[in-house]
Amino acid sequence: MIELQNVCRTFIVGDQEVAALRNIDLSFGAGEYISIMGPSGSGKSTMLNMLGLLDRPSSGTYLLDGGNVTDLDDEQLARVRREKIGFVFQSFHLVPRLTAAQNVELPMILAGIPADERKQRVQVLMRNYGLSDRADHKPDQLSGGQRQRVAIARATVMNPSVLLADEPTGNLDRNTGWEVLKLLEGLLEQGITLVVVTHDAEIGARAQRRIHMLDGRIVSDESIQNDSK
Amino acid sequence: MKFADTLQFASGSLRGSPTRTLLMMLAMSIGVAAVVVLTALGEGARRYVIDQFSSLGTNLVIVLPGHTETAGIGPGMMSGQTPRDITLDDAQALLRSRAIMRIAPLTIGSAAISRGALNREVVVAGSSADMLGIRHMSMAVGSFLPAGDLHDSSSVCVLGNAIKRELFGNEHAVGQSVRLGDRRFRVIGVLAPQGESMGMRTDDLVIIPVAAAHQLFNTSSLFRVLIEAKHRDAIGQAMRDAEAILLERHGGERDVTVITQDAVLQTFDRILGALTMAVGGIAAISLAVAGVLIMNVMLIAVAQRVKEIGLLKALGAPGKQIRHLFFAEAVLLSGIGSLLGLVLGYAGSMIIGQIYPTLPVSPPWWAVLAATFTALGTGVLFSVWPARRAARLDPVAALAGK
Repeated sequence: MIELQNVCRTFIVGDQEVAALRNIDLSFGAGEYISIMGPSGSGKSTMLNMLGLLDRPSSGTYLLDGGNVTDLDDEQLARVRREKIGFVFQSFHLVPRLTAAQNVELPMILAGIPADERKQRVQVLMRNYGLSDRADHKPDQLSGGQRQRVAIARATVMNPSVLLADEPTGNLDRNTGWEVLKLLEGLLEQGITLVVVTHDAEIGARAQRRIHMLDGRIVSDESIQNDSK
Repeated sequence: MKFADTLQFASGSLRGSPTRTLLMMLAMSIGVAAVVVLTALGEGARRYVIDQFSSLGTNLVIVLPGHTETAGIGPGMMSGQTPRDITLDDAQALLRSRAIMRIAPLTIGSAAISRGALNREVVVAGSSADMLGIRHMSMAVGSFLPAGDLHDSSSVCVLGNAIKRELFGNEHAVGQSVRLGDRRFRVIGVLAPQGESMGMRTDDLVIIPVAAAHQLFNTSSLFRVLIEAKHRDAIGQAMRDAEAILLERHGGERDVTVITQDAVLQTFDRILGALTMAVGGIAAISLAVAGVLIMNVMLIAVAQRVKEIGLLKALGAPGKQIRHLFFAEAVLLSGIGSLLGLVLGYAGSMIIGQIYPTLPVSPPWWAVLAATFTALGTGVLFSVWPARRAARLDPVAALAGK
């Protein structure tokens, strides 16, 4: 369902060209659990932005659900992001002036979904994630784990096919981190494709498919068949 | 994204930083209020002057003896040095013009008026029956000078309201007699109190038939002839006719001056209109300043909310939507700001109206519209750049807060 064909991404820094991604060929199926690991500067964040359509390849082709998304314009890209992709960030990125429920509602507002349907879906999700009693709290009144759970609720409210998580446990203590990770892994049962970018080997090892990157290249891509959970 | 949601989201971000929002609205509303109040003052002054003039009479053409080459009031006219007087027959002859509806000759002098032991000096105006209509005067009791032959010098008089009170108090004046100079005059009417109009107090005036005034002051010349043209468009024709008739009667010598009240009025109208525009324009500058302020604060808002913009993009908002959100903020700001300004401006105008009741202070509709649209316009115009900047942010960099 996701296929990168010979994708390169170069940045111009000063008068030098820096290659963040070099000739990446990669494909994921639906429902896969993938971790992308590598030291900082290895291109894993650029990879995630590329997968999330926040960045465009300098050359190469990106096929999403069989369609070429390389040549879409801003509005079409936004639509694909809205409908197919969910993001979970290391620093949560909740809007501070909005309540937890309003933060979860935000993608549906952008998609133009009617208000009563929005309320209903938010309520269901908040209950599922154990946040019902926190719905009217502002992000600064929530703990780190609660904030990340709100962020995951927001990322899944539009029922995306791909969830991209960038160091989702990076700002959390160990125990909360595991809880959040379990929550993300639970989504696999609904058939979502989960991509986790991390530099933590222990977290990366939980995925069935582990991709290691170095200097913009994929250096290893191993799939473990037997479940490690 | 739905329109209502856009507005709600924008008002949410405005409420998110209340101090900033209030200050910007204040700037906007002060600008609008300034335009409203200042133009209301200018317009009030203009209408005050027009009211004063029209209380003199409408479609009025005035003939005065003497002629100066340049229009206006010259020294020759003031001293009355003129080769030939305007006579009653001259005045009568003016009625030959089709453009002239009616005329009132006017002779002014002063005489002692007395009733019993009471006596004082008054301004005496000799005129005719049509004076009442031409000068827009009205009677309190009795009747005005009788219509008829201008040469009829019957001894009747009409008293101004203040004179009547001084001489008669609360008694009935009509039917009684007063002494003017060495003649007895029968009071046939009293003018309604009128106050001052263009420097002449009709309340302190005594009006007698023009022929009687000529006898009283031993003269045969007129101070003015007041002409009322048939309608506004006939004023020019009335002027030309009056000049032609008097030119002919005075043996080809141009020795009178014909002026219209309209010309004077229009000059005042233009001057005060320009003044209103100028003052309003100066006030409008404060609106432009408010616009720049909005732009500045919007740019800061974009910088402060870079992460939020990046997030919105990641959640699937296209650049267009982000632009709309910032637009909506600007429109809300300037809209509510100008609404507040209108309220402030009208309140201010009313307060000024209370302090100076003679001034008809009310903001002209064009100024109110212009102020509102300028406010909205500057708000939107000055948010174009910040909104574009926000829409064009690179989502990756924005999420990282760069």
